Amino acid sequence: MSLRDLAYQDAANPWFSWDYIRTNSSAILDALGEHVTLTAEAVAVAAVVAVPLAVVAYWFRPLSGPILALSGVLYTIPSLALLAFVAPAVGPTKSTSVLIGLVLYALLLIIRNSLAGLNQVPREAQEAATGMGYGRWSRLFRVDLPLALPGILTGVRLATVSTVALVTIGALIGKGGLGNLILGGFRNNFFKAQITTGTILCVLLALLLDLILIGTGRLLTPWTRRAR
Amino acid sequence: MNVVQSAWVYLNDPLTWTNPGGILDRLGEHLTISGAAVGLGLLIAWPLGIWLGHSGRGGGLVVLLSDLTLAIPTIALLTILPLTFLGFGKPPIIVALAVFAMPPLLANAYTGVRQVDPETRDAAKGMGLSGWELLRRVELPLAVPYLAAGFRTAAVQVIATTALASYVNGGGLGQIIAEGFGLGISAAGGQILAGGVLVALLALLVEGILALVERLVTPAPLRPARRRADRETIATGAA
Repeated sequence: MSLRDLAYQDAANPWFSWDYIRTNSSAILDALGEHVTLTAEAVAVAAVVAVPLAVVAYWFRPLSGPILALSGVLYTIPSLALLAFVAPAVGPTKSTSVLIGLVLYALLLIIRNSLAGLNQVPREAQEAATGMGYGRWSRLFRVDLPLALPGILTGVRLATVSTVALVTIGALIGKGGLGNLILGGFRNNFFKAQITTGTILCVLLALLLDLILIGTGRLLTPWTRRAR
Repeated sequence: MNVVQSAWVYLNDPLTWTNPGGILDRLGEHLTISGAAVGLGLLIAWPLGIWLGHSGRGGGLVVLLSDLTLAIPTIALLTILPLTFLGFGKPPIIVALAVFAMPPLLANAYTGVRQVDPETRDAAKGMGLSGWELLRRVELPLAVPYLAAGFRTAAVQVIATTALASYVNGGGLGQIIAEGFGLGISAAGGQILAGGVLVALLALLVEGILALVERLVTPAPLRPARRRADRETIATGAA
């Protein structure tokens, strides 16, 4: 390749290039895979922690204030600060560092919306369940949680969409999924095609997961469809 | 020496505060960038949100904008905007952060004006108030709690995201953390932790102050409505 060709290529630096995607497809897929894995793990762990916490807050009213306040404080702490707290303890090259921050961030969204969903369960339904001889646990699993499902799913959706965007922050320690492409493109002579590819995939991933969760929600809660 | 001790040594050294590029410099940058971004967001989002709320149109647009900006990574805008006509330096960073400040400002301004009781509005019209007077003397005063809640959410969020400006070398307190990661955990674990503490403290401090301000500007009878405004923000995902 002659010098002139190199100069020409450098001057081009287009915002979007199929050529870039073709020649780097394996790196792009790796980044996408890391992104999806981190998002799924973070949302799953957050849901497993947050829904029981919401139930605790629902059962024991005095605890709902502290639980919401604590998760609110965690949500207020900037994501970069969370990363700075966690990374020295866990190890800066592990994706666990990013994961912990993502989980702490997703907690509030799921707790708040789950609790709102639980609080919306009609009194009549609860009383009917108690009257039919349901205990605390069977009422929870067969009445309260199913009826609170729309709220819980809203929380999971919001958490998923914001987590997809947040994963990119891990790029600072090289564990940011598509964020690695975005930040790498910027640091690598402002390689625009790489930055836009990462960004577009990120937004598309968020929209896709959102649609999937909306669809799942519709399937799981057929009784809400008529109300809409 | 463990990380916590070295973070303490870092914070306890006066030079790390006063050196060029030290904590005080970074704090100044952080506040300048955040202030400008929130200001820019306010200039665009409040008039638009208040007008949309007043005319009762565009509710769908507000929700769509909130959802869309939630899906865009902050880093994407921070890296893309410097490569456009905005050029390098502070302007692209301020614009990028202002974009993320807008959804809570817009949604709360819209809801604030929209939620005014239709009967109150009718009564004001019956007293002969014009559309403009209605907005200025009835709708805006009643929307103050919502405007304050939106301002608080936006400001805290901008303070938090300004830390990410360091990814593109844009200054601010995040720079301390980014530099620390650049040096490595073994060399600068304390600096990273100290930077994290500073960023977190600033965010919590601003949150606390603005919560107080919000309380002060909200007339007592309207106070329960404030909580509703908060929940609204979460429900639309603007936070």
